[in-house]
Amino acid sequence: MSIFVDENTKVVYQGLTGSQGRFYGLRNRDYGTQVVAGTNPKKAGTDVDGIPIFATVADAVAETGATASCIFIPAPGVQGAVMEAAEGGIEFIVVITEGVPAQDEAWFYNKLKRDFPQVQLLGPNCPGIISPGKCNIGITAGEIAKPGGPVGIVSRSGTLTYQALHELKLQDIGVTTCVGIGGDPVPGTTFIDCLERFEADPETKAIMLIGEIGGSAEEEAAEFIATNMTKPISAYIAGVTAPAGKKMGHAGAIVSGGKGTAAAKMEALTAAGVHVGANPTEAGSLMVEIVRNLA
Amino acid sequence: MDLLEYQGKQFFARFGIPVSDGRAVDTVDDAVSAADAVGYPVVVKAQVHVGGRGKAGGVKLATNAAEAREHATNILGLDIKGHIVRTVWIEHASDIAEEYYASFTLDRGAKKHLGMLSAEGGVEIETVAVDNPEAIAKIWIDPVDGLTPEAARQWVLAAKLNPAATDGAVDILTKLYTAYVDGDADLCEINPLILTPDGRVHALDAKVTLDDNAEFRHAWGDYALTQVRDEREEAAHAKGLQYVGLDGSVGIIANGAGLAMSTLDVVNQAGGGAANFLDIGGGANADVMAGALEVINNDPLVKAIFINIFGGITRGEEVANGIVEALSRVTIDAPIVIRLDGTNAQEGRAILEPHLSDKLQSKPTMLEAARAAVELAGRK
Repeated sequence: MSIFVDENTKVVYQGLTGSQGRFYGLRNRDYGTQVVAGTNPKKAGTDVDGIPIFATVADAVAETGATASCIFIPAPGVQGAVMEAAEGGIEFIVVITEGVPAQDEAWFYNKLKRDFPQVQLLGPNCPGIISPGKCNIGITAGEIAKPGGPVGIVSRSGTLTYQALHELKLQDIGVTTCVGIGGDPVPGTTFIDCLERFEADPETKAIMLIGEIGGSAEEEAAEFIATNMTKPISAYIAGVTAPAGKKMGHAGAIVSGGKGTAAAKMEALTAAGVHVGANPTEAGSLMVEIVRNLA
Repeated sequence: MDLLEYQGKQFFARFGIPVSDGRAVDTVDDAVSAADAVGYPVVVKAQVHVGGRGKAGGVKLATNAAEAREHATNILGLDIKGHIVRTVWIEHASDIAEEYYASFTLDRGAKKHLGMLSAEGGVEIETVAVDNPEAIAKIWIDPVDGLTPEAARQWVLAAKLNPAATDGAVDILTKLYTAYVDGDADLCEINPLILTPDGRVHALDAKVTLDDNAEFRHAWGDYALTQVRDEREEAAHAKGLQYVGLDGSVGIIANGAGLAMSTLDVVNQAGGGAANFLDIGGGANADVMAGALEVINNDPLVKAIFINIFGGITRGEEVANGIVEALSRVTIDAPIVIRLDGTNAQEGRAILEPHLSDKLQSKPTMLEAARAAVELAGRK
């Protein structure tokens, strides 16, 4: 099984008529994702390579039964797009767009929690989610992942996630679902949201967690793992050598006031029983070992 | 983006927060004129992006024009922890009865805004947080609700400020919250927030960090001019590259922020040090690669270059062609080690094969490539 999405998930792409939206929307469809609609108020009634365009998400939901949305709208329009999706009846919203203002993120995260508690937001600034062989929403190259299981992946970093998928595939190890939660200060989906679902998913037998410096999400995950997780976990944290006070590409990846260091995160995870690798390859090898030892 | 104190005060003033009358100047003569204009006594304050100005002699009181001239002469050009003072802020000195601390920032764990207020201002709030945490009154604010005047009042009462400061503090904190939200700041801090002997509450300092992602809805052009970046960072940003200068000898080019950070770590584990963080983004076409190589090549610290690319949607052969083309356009002095993996890595390595030499090596894994780069960097 997979978490959040599967082969029946119908997805509307907000921004399908733009260059990025079109490129990845069509790639996702080629992969097998049910890309059922796009939205653009000025282009309603047209289509993108056969995918119908609607004026609003509500119209797209009414016509196609879409339950998920993927947002490729430029940063200034993301807050409006997220609320339009929620109000239109979407339950799983993936925001790929990077550069969304933190004030906007904090606002729509809390607005959704209050008025649309059934909605699960993923991102902003994330690569998306892939359940190999079933559904790929976002910018992950689907062919680098082997379908099946038994590994579930949750990650704050895009390229490190691809690397993990690739290394597992080379070892002939499959993945149930790989969730890129993104590197922004207010991620809609957290490590804990994913760990909870992986723990409940019978086909996921082991979990790989990829974190990075900044914030306290990994420490919170470690606390959750210690009391709630029975499945084995391997982890890697990027940014051991990152200097304090400098943003490392991701808005969230910054060490401030001695908080959010890689060392503290690795220590917390190790104490919670997680197998922590010193580099991505080592974390991958640890996962291979875990999988080989599964009964 | 961090604002200088005077920019922060101008930012606060736009939201109606009381600050002292003052002028930002960059010559001694202008400093004296400014002091005459705002009225003595004045404080002459160095404008730098670093803390500890007072201890470094960057903040001085002047009671007349001669003193203003003397202090401005000493402070302009002063080196404070590597930051040369180019601008001083001259403001009318305030009478201080009490000093408080106030700030707003995002609490990532709680996913809400966090307000902190303390009757123990004027010192490092980190020290108060450790030594006397109950002296900081905290309020978590749901961004959807905002900070209501009632909630602000309860918060001020919880901080146990002098009762004479209550109304003024409620007013300033409500405005500071608006400045923080509507002004798109990551941090708004006043330390000290003062109560004057005649009962006014007033921002004596301003520390503001703006959210670069929100620049599209503001006019922040002037602030960018006073940002301190090293020359390498200037050159890289001009090419649209995500670059942070470091002090090691291995130049790094990687695709993706996570992989770039990880590359620094692996170089460190191999016994070396990275000269930079450079993320060229998801793809790796020839233009981007050539631009990245130019930036690295101009860095005198760099003794070897480590290109670490994981092909996702961008295929290995496209990446390899990009590297080969970039190398034909730019003459690179330092030896290069390439690790190319991911989609169609085999095809990509085959394209690199005929170009390989002592100065251009290809390694199959991150660790092997890091070791090779560190060894080359040390050999020179």
